[in-house]
Amino acid sequence: MIGPIISSGIVSPAWDNIFAVIIGMIMGFALESSGFSSSRKIIGTFFGYDFVVVKVFFTAAIVASIGLLYLSYFGLVDYSQLYIQPTFLTSAIVGGIIMGIGFSMGGFCPGTSLAAIGVGRIDGMVFFGGMFIGVFLFSESFSLFEKMYYSGSQGPKMINEVFGISPELFTFFLVLAAVGMFFGAAWVQKKVKKVEY
Amino acid sequence: MKKSKYDGSFYLNPYLGGVILGIALLLAFYISGRGLGASGAVKNTVAATVNIIAPEHVANSSYYCQFAGGDNKPMNNWLIYEVLGVLAGAFLSGIVFNRLKFKVEHSPKITSRRRLVFALLGGLVFGFGAQLARGCTSGAALSGMAVLSFGGYITMIAIFGTAFIAAWVFRKNWI
Repeated sequence: MIGPIISSGIVSPAWDNIFAVIIGMIMGFALESSGFSSSRKIIGTFFGYDFVVVKVFFTAAIVASIGLLYLSYFGLVDYSQLYIQPTFLTSAIVGGIIMGIGFSMGGFCPGTSLAAIGVGRIDGMVFFGGMFIGVFLFSESFSLFEKMYYSGSQGPKMINEVFGISPELFTFFLVLAAVGMFFGAAWVQKKVKKVEY
Repeated sequence: MKKSKYDGSFYLNPYLGGVILGIALLLAFYISGRGLGASGAVKNTVAATVNIIAPEHVANSSYYCQFAGGDNKPMNNWLIYEVLGVLAGAFLSGIVFNRLKFKVEHSPKITSRRRLVFALLGGLVFGFGAQLARGCTSGAALSGMAVLSFGGYITMIAIFGTAFIAAWVFRKNWI
């Protein structure tokens, strides 16, 4: 079965939303069971007392990157059919900076706030409610940001092309960087005073 | 070190959690050809709500009209179903690990009220930024990284880089 199995017609598109629920459940379970329902555990990364965010996030990124390359190598997935986030350089940077500020204020990102809501954290619910206001404000003031939103467009550019290397080699370096970060995180965590939460 | 408040709850090994999350991401690409997301569901809900209240406004807006009005079905969308699944999955994990409880989690040095004000503002700012960057930590950064998207990596670096600096500014809320 050559993936993505929905768009290649192997499985009826009617199943797409059912798979969405199942995939979402795995994601929600992974986030909550790793401790992402706790804002103080998440924010620990930025103070050095708990690096769960770094560990989970980069492990997931390398598992998925390597997995997709292997599936593609064995002819099990058509890489050209996958949705690759297009690059709009200016908005990616400015939007990322704004999100970073929101992250350190609220202690959640949108996905982790859902994990917090799932176990009844009221701060997660309030964060999620705040997102509606933020999205509404952006949508209503879109004309002010429209130029920035579309500037620096580079299409679905891949990062290995930027360095002029193959996707496999880039992923190899990504794994090395991630493993280096995991050891670095363990080292820093030992040095930093433990915070009770 | 002894845990100060043992409440019977514990966490999965973070690397195991990361592998499970990575498998969910891999399945999303293998089955549906797309990554995971979260903020997109909020965007679609806002667009759908505005479309019910003021359809003309949606038709005239160059942002809303991409997601609602016309032939768009913003609430019958992959992300909406996925987000419902995330809530269910987190709830199941809460049962398994004994963490289900209504509470406001905050540092003992601040009040719940202050925590909630900052949660609201943080959500507002994050939601705004996620629209500009076309996705959040899951939709733009993590899913983008899985398919080696240049923009995904840039967004990831911008989010985490800024958060390290901004966390210091807001440190009194956390430590």
